[in-house]
Amino acid sequence: MAAVVKIEEIHKIYDSGEVPVHAVRGVSLEIQRGEFVALMGASGSGKSTLMNLLGCLDRPTRGRYLLDDIDVSQLEKNQLADIRNQKLGFVFQGFNLLSRTTALENVELPMLYGARRSAREIRERALHSLEIVGLAERADHFPNQLSGGQQQRVAIARALVNSPEVLLADEPTGNLDSKTSVEVMGVFQKLNDQGITIVMVTHELDIARYCKRNLILRDGRLVRDELVPDRLVATEELRKLKEAEAAAKLTSA
Amino acid sequence: MRIVNTVKVSFRALRRNKMRSILTALGIIIGVGAVIAMVSIGNGAKAQIEAQVASLGQNVIIVFPGNFTSGGMRGGWGSASTLTADDADAIAREVANNAGVSVEVRDRQQVLANGLNWNTQVLGESPDYVDIRSWPVVEGAMFSDQDVRSMAKVAVIGKTIADQLFPNEDAVGQTIRIRNIPFKIVGILKGKGFNLMGQDQDDVVVIPYTSHMRRVSRRTNISSILVSSTSAEVIGKVQQDITDLLTQRRKGKEPDFTVRNQVEIAQTATAASETMTLLLGAIAGVSLIVGGIGIMNIMLVSVTERTREIGIRLAVGAHGKDVLLQFLIEAIILSSMGGILGVLIGIGSAQWVSYKVGWPVLISPMSVIVAVAFSAAVGVFFGFYPARKAAQLDPIDALRYE
Repeated sequence: MAAVVKIEEIHKIYDSGEVPVHAVRGVSLEIQRGEFVALMGASGSGKSTLMNLLGCLDRPTRGRYLLDDIDVSQLEKNQLADIRNQKLGFVFQGFNLLSRTTALENVELPMLYGARRSAREIRERALHSLEIVGLAERADHFPNQLSGGQQQRVAIARALVNSPEVLLADEPTGNLDSKTSVEVMGVFQKLNDQGITIVMVTHELDIARYCKRNLILRDGRLVRDELVPDRLVATEELRKLKEAEAAAKLTSA
Repeated sequence: MRIVNTVKVSFRALRRNKMRSILTALGIIIGVGAVIAMVSIGNGAKAQIEAQVASLGQNVIIVFPGNFTSGGMRGGWGSASTLTADDADAIAREVANNAGVSVEVRDRQQVLANGLNWNTQVLGESPDYVDIRSWPVVEGAMFSDQDVRSMAKVAVIGKTIADQLFPNEDAVGQTIRIRNIPFKIVGILKGKGFNLMGQDQDDVVVIPYTSHMRRVSRRTNISSILVSSTSAEVIGKVQQDITDLLTQRRKGKEPDFTVRNQVEIAQTATAASETMTLLLGAIAGVSLIVGGIGIMNIMLVSVTERTREIGIRLAVGAHGKDVLLQFLIEAIILSSMGGILGVLIGIGSAQWVSYKVGWPVLISPMSVIVAVAFSAAVGVFFGFYPARKAAQLDPIDALRYE
C-alpha cells in the first residue's frame, strides 16, 4: 500500500521573535491509506505545528513532505490552497462554521473554490455529505440552531465534501462533552471503516484510544509510535453510556 | 467560473448583515442622490436660460449704433445716428450666409382700438423680422417688402395686444390706432412668453420700419439692425463680415457701431448658471466621497470582524485573490446599489422640487451614467484597501483569531 502521507526529516523553525523557536525538529513519518492516527503531545510539543504542516497551511523550513506522491514542501501559496481544497479536509476544535449561514451553505463552501461545478452538483454533493454524518434533515439550520456535536458533524461534512485523501482534525472533541465526543468519534470510526484516512490531534488519552495508531510528540520530536492495543468502539461505548444513564434513572426513581 | 461563485458569496455576506449594508449604502445613496438632484436643478435653470436666449431668434447678430460725441459731450450707446437703413441693405446684398436682415426702430406708444387703449412697444421692422426671431405669425400674414416700400399702414400684433384690445373677437382685419394713425392688423404673432429680463415679449406691435420712421416716430435714425446667419457655425464669420463691411462704408472714420451675436449674449447669461451647477455638483460630490469613506470604514471593520471567516475560506482552498475579489465585490455591490438607489432618489427629489417650488429641472442621462459609474468607482477605490488587507491574512493566524 502506498503511503498517502510521507514526511522525511521535517523541521520547522520560527524566527519571528528574538530567539528562533525550533518547533519541529526532524520528524519522519509515513501514514498509509485507511489509517486512523492520533497525534498526541503536551502543549508546546509541536503537535499543532506538525498539524499545520500536514495540513499544508504552513511550509516546513527543512525536509520533504509527499502528499499523495506530490512534493508539497516547496509549493507556493496558491498551489498549497489548491492542495488543501482537493486533497485535504479540515475539522477544527472550534468547529469554525460560518455564522448566519445554513449548514448546507457551510458544507458547500470548499466547492466554491475548487474545480468548476454546477450549482446543482454543488448542492447535491453537499446534501450527500450531510447525509453521511446524519444531518441531512438539518441542512437549512443555522449553526446557532445546532448543538455542539451537530455543529462538529457539519464541519466533518464540509471536510468530506471534496472527497479528500486525508481528513485532518485538530482537537475535534476539545469543545464537546464526553458523550458528544464519543458520538463524534463514532462518526470518525464509521468514515474510517469506509476507507477514509484520518489524522487527528488530541490530548485526551481516552479519545486517542478510538484511533488505530498513536503518535506521541515531545519537544518537536516523535517519541512514540504505536498501534492501539485495546481499541474502543464508539457504538459500543455509546451503548454502555446509555445503559448507565438508564440505570441512573432507575436507581433515582 | 469562480467569479460567479464569488459574487454569490458576496451577496450572501451582505444579506447576512442587512441593516449594516443598508446604512453603509446610505452614504452613497445620499451622495449620488444629491449629485443628481443638484445637477438636474442646475441644468434645468441653464436650459431655461438657454430657451429664453433662443427666443431671441435663430443665430441672431445685432448691429447697434455707436456713441455720438459732440463738442466734448458724449452720448451713450445708440446715440449716434449714423446707422441707416442703407447699411442694412448693404449687409443684405454683400454679406454671404445671411438668412435675413431687418431694420429695427423701437418706440413706446399709446395704441387704441375697439374703444380700449394700451401702452406698448411699437417696433418698426422689415418682413424678415419674423424669420430672424423664429416668431411665426399664427393668424394672417407678415407684411411684405412692398408694404415697407410704400410705408403701408399695416401692423402685426403680439398675443398680449390681441388679448388686451380684442378680448372677444378676431383681431385680424381690425384697425388699431397708433398716434391716431389707423393701422390695419394683418397678422397675429405666436405667443412667446417672457424674455431673460422678465419682460412680456408678446406685448408688441410690429409695423414696417418705414411707416414707423415717417408716420409714427418721425425719427431718422434706426435703433439697430438684426441679421441672422444661415447656421450657428458661420455666425462668427458673418459677424466679422458685417464689421468689415460697415467699417469699409465708414471710409476710415471711427467705427460708430457695435456688432454682437446671440452666442455672446447666451454665454454671458448661461455662465452664471453653469458656475452654480458646478458649485452644487461639487458640494454634492463631497458627500459622495464621504459616502465612499463610510464604505471603506465598514469594510475595514468587516474584515477584522470576519477574520475567522477569511481563515476558514483560506483553509478550505480559497486563494488570496478570491478573498480580495469577495471583499472588493461586496464594496462594489454596496456602492453601485447605493448609486442606483441614489439616482432614483435624486430624480424623485428633483421632480419633487420642480413640482413644489416650480423650478425647472432637467435630468440628463449623462449625469445619471456618470453618477452610477462614479459610485462603482468609489466602491473599487475605497474597497480595495480593506480587501487587500483581507487577502493578505495568513490562514493559520486568521483561524486562531479571537
